[in-house]
Amino acid sequence: MDETAWRRSLGNPRVLFGLAVLALLALAALGAPLIAPQNPLHQDLLASFAPPFWHAGVVPGHLLGTDDLGRDTLSRLIYGARIALTVAVISATAAGLIGTLLGLAAGYAGGLPDAIVSRLVDVWMAFPPVLLSIVLVAVIGAGLEAVILAIVIVDWTRFCRIVRAEVLVQREQDYVAAAVAIGLGPWRVALQEILRNLLPTLIVLFTLEMGIAITVEAILSFVGLSIASGAPSWGGMIAEGRLYIHQAWWLMTLPVGCIIVSVLGLNALGDGLRQTLDPLVRR
Amino acid sequence: MPLAYLVRRLAMAIPTLFGVAIVDFVLLRVVPGNPIAMMIPPGASAADIARLRAFYGLDQPIPVQFWRWLEALLHGNLGVSIDLRRGVLGLVMSRLPATLELALLAMVLAVALGIALGVGAIYWQGRWPEAVVDGIAGLGMAIPDFLWGLLLVLLLGVLLPILPISGRIDPMLSTHFVTPFYLAESLARGEFSLVGSLLAHMALPAVALALPLTAVIARILKSALVEAMSQDYILMARVKGLGRARIIWTEAFRNALVPTVTLSGVQFTFLVGGTVLIERIFSYPGIGNMAIDAVIGRDLPLIQGVVMTFAVLFILINLLIDMTYVLLNPRVRHG
Repeated sequence: MDETAWRRSLGNPRVLFGLAVLALLALAALGAPLIAPQNPLHQDLLASFAPPFWHAGVVPGHLLGTDDLGRDTLSRLIYGARIALTVAVISATAAGLIGTLLGLAAGYAGGLPDAIVSRLVDVWMAFPPVLLSIVLVAVIGAGLEAVILAIVIVDWTRFCRIVRAEVLVQREQDYVAAAVAIGLGPWRVALQEILRNLLPTLIVLFTLEMGIAITVEAILSFVGLSIASGAPSWGGMIAEGRLYIHQAWWLMTLPVGCIIVSVLGLNALGDGLRQTLDPLVRR
Repeated sequence: MPLAYLVRRLAMAIPTLFGVAIVDFVLLRVVPGNPIAMMIPPGASAADIARLRAFYGLDQPIPVQFWRWLEALLHGNLGVSIDLRRGVLGLVMSRLPATLELALLAMVLAVALGIALGVGAIYWQGRWPEAVVDGIAGLGMAIPDFLWGLLLVLLLGVLLPILPISGRIDPMLSTHFVTPFYLAESLARGEFSLVGSLLAHMALPAVALALPLTAVIARILKSALVEAMSQDYILMARVKGLGRARIIWTEAFRNALVPTVTLSGVQFTFLVGGTVLIERIFSYPGIGNMAIDAVIGRDLPLIQGVVMTFAVLFILINLLIDMTYVLLNPRVRHG
């Protein structure tokens, strides 16, 4: 990956849209205490179910209204971005590391390591990912750490499968033979030479995994297994809003919208980068 | 279909199933919550607790527990649900048909829509319908079924309330079903008011499940058709004066089917896995909804049974997809 690849990427509308969404998410996540108009946990039962700004009877200070306990929706959405992005970055990084290392080892070493990793992936693929993460969170115990751990345990195979397949192709390339010929050890060849050529693929996978992680966190909160109820996570807001869907449809719609925009942005970023970074697709 | 291939393929599933059984067991024996503590009434004596632990086999060493569990599993005995105090196999079997009917409906929907969109995009290649199909496929692939489900609840259940958003059938319809396959049974009985109510309740969850698969099929079929349309035999057909629709259907489609089946295969298992949440969102009484209740209630035997059931379903679907692939592709059939 050289400078021109990055410049080409910045000219791609999908990449730009994805980066804009990511920047917005990061801004909300990092600056939540400064941007959020209210304390997301502060309850005000006298101001419950305040409507959002496009309705009559807006309560000042609550631009997007309040929920059943009178908590400010906008502030909760902003703090929700913090949870979503934390889960996305940490779990995508950890799943990426584990999956890439195992995929590299399996693909490059072949033989027994490959047989073990491939069997493991087969077994993993026989479980419905969502059910597996739900069961895992129940086993590990609720909390943000449990959610992240569950996503990592379920999703490392996404990286592993693709990295292994890529390595099988890369292994036969001339540059690998050259690296071996000048006396580089197997780990050096795999971790330096091959990994460098996998970087575009890994960046794309990482971006897509972030979107998946945000969705899974929302799913776990929706089911009631993620972090403590009351904490401002988008999935939790959806589950609470679902109860008042006929009185105040926006309570569920707003967090659903946040997740959809995030997921679409990250997908666009991944697709765009695939087009601009991957030499195979470009050809 | 060569029998040898089928047997080899089935044999390959055995180690996977064994691995699944190990993971399923290990996963749930390290669960920190004590299931016995939750099911005893306050004031139960130590002897009562010990008797319950013995009843569920929880007093044995872990390897012994695993062996007993595996042995029972091979006999089709999935244990007894702690919450519902009924046999797990019976519970699974009473709920599975609802899930299967929903998943099958969604698959049929996805295949029909996906083919229509993929073929349509090629028929009107370069004109606006192609762009519409690309847009639908892009959105369908990017947004997961969970979010489609929530969107459909909002759009067609609340803002424009034309379809029911919970349950399997209108509770006001008094009827007695002999089998748990409600849709198949009412179709067989020719009672179309029941069929209508069932389909109305399944419509939104089925569409939510179907959309990602529809998108995948449409996109893969489209690019496979593009590839097929550039082949020499298409040129031949054109020279012979066949119409565009005819060429697509009779010449290109058949050849585009093989890559489509191969590449969209995994997505079928994703659809079945997706039922867990979609059933939750739409309060649909299938096995997935029961699974989440079991997880929340820490009902170990029931969770283990449901996870095992899904794993078997996944392995079966993969087998079916392989078979389809072999049937479609004569080269593999004899390979």
